[in-house]
Amino acid sequence: MQIPAPFDYVRATSVENALELLSRHGAESRVIAGGHSLLPMMKLRLSRPEWLIDINDLYELDFILRDGDKLRVGALTRHTTLLESDEIAALFPIVRDAEAVIADPVVRNRGTIGGSLCQADPAEDLSTVCDVLGAEAVIRGPAGERILAMADFHRGPYETAVGQDELLCELRFPIRPRSGSAYEKVERRVGDWAVGAAGASVTLAEDGTIADAAVGLTALGLDHTVAEAGGLLRGQQPREELFVEAGRLAAAACDPVADQRGPIDYKRHLADELTRRVLRQACARAARTQEG
Amino acid sequence: MQINMTVNGNEVTSNIEPRVLLVHYIREVLGLTGTHWGCDTSNCGTCVVLMDGQPVKSCTVLAAMAAGHDIRTVEGLASGATLDPVQQGFMEEHGLQCGFCTPGMMLTARALLDKNPHPDTTEIRKAISGQICRCTGYATIVRSVQWAAAHPAGANTDATVDEVIDGTDTAVEDIAAETQDAEVKS
Repeated sequence: MQIPAPFDYVRATSVENALELLSRHGAESRVIAGGHSLLPMMKLRLSRPEWLIDINDLYELDFILRDGDKLRVGALTRHTTLLESDEIAALFPIVRDAEAVIADPVVRNRGTIGGSLCQADPAEDLSTVCDVLGAEAVIRGPAGERILAMADFHRGPYETAVGQDELLCELRFPIRPRSGSAYEKVERRVGDWAVGAAGASVTLAEDGTIADAAVGLTALGLDHTVAEAGGLLRGQQPREELFVEAGRLAAAACDPVADQRGPIDYKRHLADELTRRVLRQACARAARTQEG
Repeated sequence: MQINMTVNGNEVTSNIEPRVLLVHYIREVLGLTGTHWGCDTSNCGTCVVLMDGQPVKSCTVLAAMAAGHDIRTVEGLASGATLDPVQQGFMEEHGLQCGFCTPGMMLTARALLDKNPHPDTTEIRKAISGQICRCTGYATIVRSVQWAAAHPAGANTDATVDEVIDGTDTAVEDIAAETQDAEVKS
């Protein structure tokens, strides 16, 4: 039977209250939202917080809101809500692609975007999604609010820029015209960790050439976007040879480890093939917004 | 700590340790052992209960986190002696073999039908994709949910599962064809 070590539990009543509780209880306190990463770690005693601060009552952090040229998503927004949002699917189809393959439908009822990003598991899908979409993370703490680009948010596996006394409150996604995005994952079965996955976002110029593009990989040993691919794609007319070359660059840039989900060669093959597929799809989707 | 919640329509109050998981609270404190305890790692889905109408894996929710919420377990599916159409469907279509996954499967099916009264087979399969039947009786589980969809008021309605299966379900058709073949051969 897996039971967490003893801890004290308190429910936060507001963001201010959550921050106050984090300051009061210090280094041995942890925030819990969906709990589908933290509770399994606590059950295995990999994590032994003395205080759990439950933020599930902070409905102020559960929202999807269009604000000018940004889409603002509250950190407590559940995976199911993200998956079912037609507004998100229209603006950022990569989110629906990824959400459809995150864990399973029952787990998605509890898990949150903020929890996924803060857990920062190398096989976690939304980090790649936020990377390629150029999202910003809004973090609040005792000193006020700060806004970080994803490159500054990530600090490696299971580590982020969110301090012990801070709370990730919101993600902001830039809305760009003539844009498309896509995500594809290979997993052994529903709910398993990814063998590998790739995500891409493309913005076209008015003449149909690629104005901006980003490619990211999940579970393949690369915790930032494939910089070489962005450079290769910019200014080019979308075409198959370009996607093939980007796939080759992604395979070269990644650094997968061999495990029970596959050997290194196979994972590099996935980086290559999945990069081609998501770029093809992202460009096709961007072109469709141009027609519309 | 003291917690209050509604379980199958009844207000319950208990003093528990914060680390008690919802599945153990339901089974051991409330004595409702219809909720099964399986993998303990939120993979198998046999511990699924409805929290405010949504399926959740109760091995990965603290009882403390469920306080103030509305919980429904398999014991809360029937109204008195009248089974929920989902339960009737599992009887009619042989939706269980060993029965271990059944409570979780039925609750997820109930939540699916509440949201989408006429799911197709793909939607049913997706809905239960986070739950494992180790007897591998998925085809009959899907048919059981279809039976419930075809009989929203239970066994007294006239619609039959054959009317609902509109020819798109090749798996069921194949089985039907095989059955016919077997009958011809015999």
